[in-house]
Amino acid sequence: MEYSLFRALTQLGDDSLILGQRLCEWCGHGPTIEVDLGLSNLALDLIGQATMLLDYAGELEGGGRDADALAFHRNAEQFANCLLAEQPNGDFARTVVRHLLFATYASALYEALTASPDARLAEIAAKAVKELRYHADFAADWAERLGDGTEESRARMAEALDWHWRFVNDLFHDDRDWAACAARGLVPLRQSLRYGFERDVSAILERAGLALPRKVWPIVGGRSGQHSEHLSVLLATMQVLPRAHPEAVW
Amino acid sequence: MYDWPLWEVFIRARGGLDHRHAGSVHAPDAHMALRHARDTYTRRLEGVSIWVVRSSDIVASDPAQDYSMFEPAASKIYRHPTFYVLPEAVDHM
Repeated sequence: MEYSLFRALTQLGDDSLILGQRLCEWCGHGPTIEVDLGLSNLALDLIGQATMLLDYAGELEGGGRDADALAFHRNAEQFANCLLAEQPNGDFARTVVRHLLFATYASALYEALTASPDARLAEIAAKAVKELRYHADFAADWAERLGDGTEESRARMAEALDWHWRFVNDLFHDDRDWAACAARGLVPLRQSLRYGFERDVSAILERAGLALPRKVWPIVGGRSGQHSEHLSVLLATMQVLPRAHPEAVW
Repeated sequence: MYDWPLWEVFIRARGGLDHRHAGSVHAPDAHMALRHARDTYTRRLEGVSIWVVRSSDIVASDPAQDYSMFEPAASKIYRHPTFYVLPEAVDHM
């Protein structure tokens, strides 16, 4: 089995799945109906990506697990998503900053993945990158408006940036499996995307009247299953039905 | 957000068709109005082009004046080109 590629796909798929599930929590609670729908659209894009990535991971694994089996029948320590994706929604500013950081990173990553020699991964990336560019744009728009808005919206954005910036190191962490895939040219090293990420985020923050935090937090762990306490609670909600009724079908 | 103005949304379903009124959205400015229109009205591949216009910029006829605005046209059936005899070869016109 292609173990390292299975792990790399799980990391990608879990990022999309967990962030998608988080955004679903906004459904019915968005600041306006238009933004509510917008956030749901982003969530559905991410869950679509997760389905393709985890299905592929399951096929490589060869153990008969599909995307549903991987999504609903793993425990928190078996999830390989980045810590950023599992952070609670908080207020709208926190959701916007989380999405700005994630989508700016992910759109660059998937852009590179469209050139992967792994045809299946390249195909998934070609679909995902179009969606993620819109996500990055959506988040940048709101970041600028809130950062450059009222005293309160600016303060909330600054607080949100502080909250999420701790997880950027984890977002760009190349663990052993990812590095093994990178060595084979299947994926880019995440670290190679970091300079461009900081440049792009910094430009957006500047327009928003906010500054890129200077502090680097040496926190990693998401890729190897060491998560914050928030993930278990998210999974409990997401998995309760298929775990209580494993044979249930739509 | 409660003072966001209203925008009317027009969507072209396919190339070659006219933009048609789809509905309206609230948004703080034109750019966000386009984004909200996209997120609200083209989720199921309904369009290839979107126009938005501030609802307050639309000049509308006064419903109270309907009788003088539209009724005079009701009695002028000769304005419909239905009185011409067409050659048999012309099936549809």
